Amino acid sequence: MVAQNVAFWIFAAFMAAGAIRVVTTDNIVHAALWLVLVLAGGAAQFILLGQEFVAWVQVIVYIGAVIVLFLFGIMLTRAPMEAEEKLNNNLRWPGLAAALLFAGTLAWAFLDQWGSDKIKLTKPVRTKEIGDLVFRGYLVPFEVVGVLLLAALIGAVVMARKD
Amino acid sequence: MSHLLAFDIPGGWGTTLGIKTLIVMGLIPVGALVLGYTFLLKMMSHMQSRVGPMDPGGFHGWFQLIGDGIKFIQKEDIIPAGADKRVFKMAPAIVVMSTFLMFVVLPAGPNAVVAGALHKGQGGIDVGIFYALAVSSLSVIGVLMAGWASSNKYALIGALRAAAQLIAYELPLVLAVVGVVVQAGTMNLQGIVFAQQQGKIFGWSGIGSPFILTQFVGFALFMVAAQAELTQPPFDMPVAESELVAGYMVEYTGFRFLFFFIGEFGTAFVYAGLAATLFLGGWSIPHVNGEIANWIGPIVLFVKIMLVAFLMFWARFSYPRLREDQLQALAWKWLIPISLINILVTGALKVAF
Repeated sequence: MVAQNVAFWIFAAFMAAGAIRVVTTDNIVHAALWLVLVLAGGAAQFILLGQEFVAWVQVIVYIGAVIVLFLFGIMLTRAPMEAEEKLNNNLRWPGLAAALLFAGTLAWAFLDQWGSDKIKLTKPVRTKEIGDLVFRGYLVPFEVVGVLLLAALIGAVVMARKD
Repeated sequence: MSHLLAFDIPGGWGTTLGIKTLIVMGLIPVGALVLGYTFLLKMMSHMQSRVGPMDPGGFHGWFQLIGDGIKFIQKEDIIPAGADKRVFKMAPAIVVMSTFLMFVVLPAGPNAVVAGALHKGQGGIDVGIFYALAVSSLSVIGVLMAGWASSNKYALIGALRAAAQLIAYELPLVLAVVGVVVQAGTMNLQGIVFAQQQGKIFGWSGIGSPFILTQFVGFALFMVAAQAELTQPPFDMPVAESELVAGYMVEYTGFRFLFFFIGEFGTAFVYAGLAATLFLGGWSIPHVNGEIANWIGPIVLFVKIMLVAFLMFWARFSYPRLREDQLQALAWKWLIPISLINILVTGALKVAF
């Protein structure tokens, strides 16, 4: 269990450093690349908890698709090579206050509810168990999310069409 | 104590990890060079009557590849003045890293699993094939980084084309595999191999049950999508040399260019290995078990990889390039609907039988 705790703090340090660089860097492409570090750290934390499937979903969806879409959008429109002045402005202090407030509220709520619980790390969770859960216990929410995403997709197509 | 092929590795997990890492790091360039030599130099020369690569060194132009290697190593490492140097240097490493990570789950024998410990014949990562496809998508980031950091408009256009293509063809690639996963009942590659080795065709176990027979549609989809993921002709819009010089790698020289080359052919090797494992039974031969399988496993796998790679390169040297809109239409209007129907039919038959 010691190894997991040490690894958790190492990954957490990398994620925090990456997240700070995302908001402080002057180059928007660099910001997207630093975000990769944060998301990869998240995947690593899932692996520490024995959730292989969720970890690789994180990689394929967030790193392999969402970040790529960010980069694609940035590069398709302007792709600045130089640093931009506008990216860092006076809103950083209100932003910091809002972030601290949000983090504080979340931390307080979680500590109050689950503060004394311990996560039992046993065997890695098999993909089969997740499949059983999704298609047995949570079938209706799963289908609802599917329909919602389909609606969003069709809506985006309708809005993007000119005619 | 852990096992690799027929050997016992002494020492703890650290030693094992070190040995396995070295083996995989050695295998990727070797696999890339084998494919490059056999298919790119020799097969293409025969198919297209090329004289150049058949000449150096005398017999069959055996010196060509070594000469190319020497040329790459002695070239100057040029970084454009306007480039973003750190990102520019990192990009080839990320492309190769994605290949490296994919390689790790490929089983080459009952004991030859690089990632994960063995447990009752089920070796390696439980999510196996899903893991391989997830890390394969990391190379897109490397390609986009290379194209953007070069500060060259051809490189940027090439990277954008590559990203659009890789995202579009990732869907049919993943969906084509679902049929196999449904049939095998596991995503573990070792489990998929055993399912094929011990399977029966209507009670007859003579050749096991290679999934290429039942999942032929899946195999075809997988091969087309893998071809597009490799940006090989006929899907080589991102590196179209007549319009974009060399696309996202136009500013790379010498050793960094070699990295992209190894990444491309190493990934071709891994995709051929995945296709061989998913559809042709991987390292296994039906009714061959026990100690002997440890020895012949890697050889069988290699033969199957070369067989699949032959198909890939055959298509590569035969067809002209697709136009960008044809390329996207093929993915979204044909491959994805077909793969969805394939999943539906496979699921229905799985329930019925």
